[in-house]
Amino acid sequence: MTTEHFDRAPGDQSMLTDNEEATSSGLLIYSIGMMLAVVLTAASFWVATTPLLWAPGIPLGLAVLAIAQMGVHVVFFLHITTGPDNTNNVLALAFGVLIVTLVVAGSLVIMANLNGSMMPPAELMDMQMKY
Amino acid sequence: MNVTVAIDAGETPQSASEAGPAPKRIVVAYGFWIFLLSDIVMFSALFAGYAVLRHATAGGPNGAELFNLGRVAIETACLLASSYTCGLMALAVNSRRRLATYVTALLTFALGAAFLALEIREFADMIAHGASPQRSAFLSAFFALVGCHGLHVAAGLIWIVVMMAQVASKGFRPPVLRRLQCFSLFWHALDIIWVGLFTVVYLMGVAA
Repeated sequence: MTTEHFDRAPGDQSMLTDNEEATSSGLLIYSIGMMLAVVLTAASFWVATTPLLWAPGIPLGLAVLAIAQMGVHVVFFLHITTGPDNTNNVLALAFGVLIVTLVVAGSLVIMANLNGSMMPPAELMDMQMKY
Repeated sequence: MNVTVAIDAGETPQSASEAGPAPKRIVVAYGFWIFLLSDIVMFSALFAGYAVLRHATAGGPNGAELFNLGRVAIETACLLASSYTCGLMALAVNSRRRLATYVTALLTFALGAAFLALEIREFADMIAHGASPQRSAFLSAFFALVGCHGLHVAAGLIWIVVMMAQVASKGFRPPVLRRLQCFSLFWHALDIIWVGLFTVVYLMGVAA
């Protein structure tokens, strides 16, 4: 009946963080995260500098690698998981991601649209007038 | 019907009204998490501004001519390693080991300071070559975005010095522990922002 059910603070690894024995497993988690982050970072720099890849696809590949690395940081360093004690943290994060997506994608779409419907420069207008 | 009620009461976790208010450390960390997310939303506006103005170089230098990927790789390595040592510091704090806390905090500070020094050198080099913030809209957006991240790192460096002074003078008291918890959240969040930053600004700037 008296099950301890508290929400978990962001950054906490588990309910056992105050337990002294949690240190070794915590070290393992941070080390796995560090290794994954190093691999993803190295992959990003390789993708950006190599001449082997199809150039127009590089920005998309970089974006995928960056999002993957952010996920690694969130899970392994900030310890945001999908556990039932973590719902509040995940919901706040989801709201933040929503706002960030709206701001960045919205700005890019609107500005590209405005640029597209700008009047062409003067010399182009002249050419259109001539013909 | 009585049976189901009994099972429900026994197996489902306590509802918020039964459990009472959450412990203070959870409330504090959650509030700080909300602050960090709002900080990230602020950065997203700077990111959007940079992405929109990326090609508005006004005849000045563009990213591919300015950025030195070798230096950015070292900066990234410094910040990533300092995020790792910050995690180790959190572990040392959790097991109340004072010496390990000082050592990992010193490493975190040194790596963060190295990152900041490299970034200041980069800015100084760019300004010396005439690529100052007032040169073009692209450079204004660049300095606003990267400089804002650099300011956050500088604030984090001051914060960790203050925290070590508090650990030295007050010991691992609950308020100090809560502040250390917030500091490690802050430092990891800065690393997440840097991931977006080096990808969007430097790697895409050089590749495109």
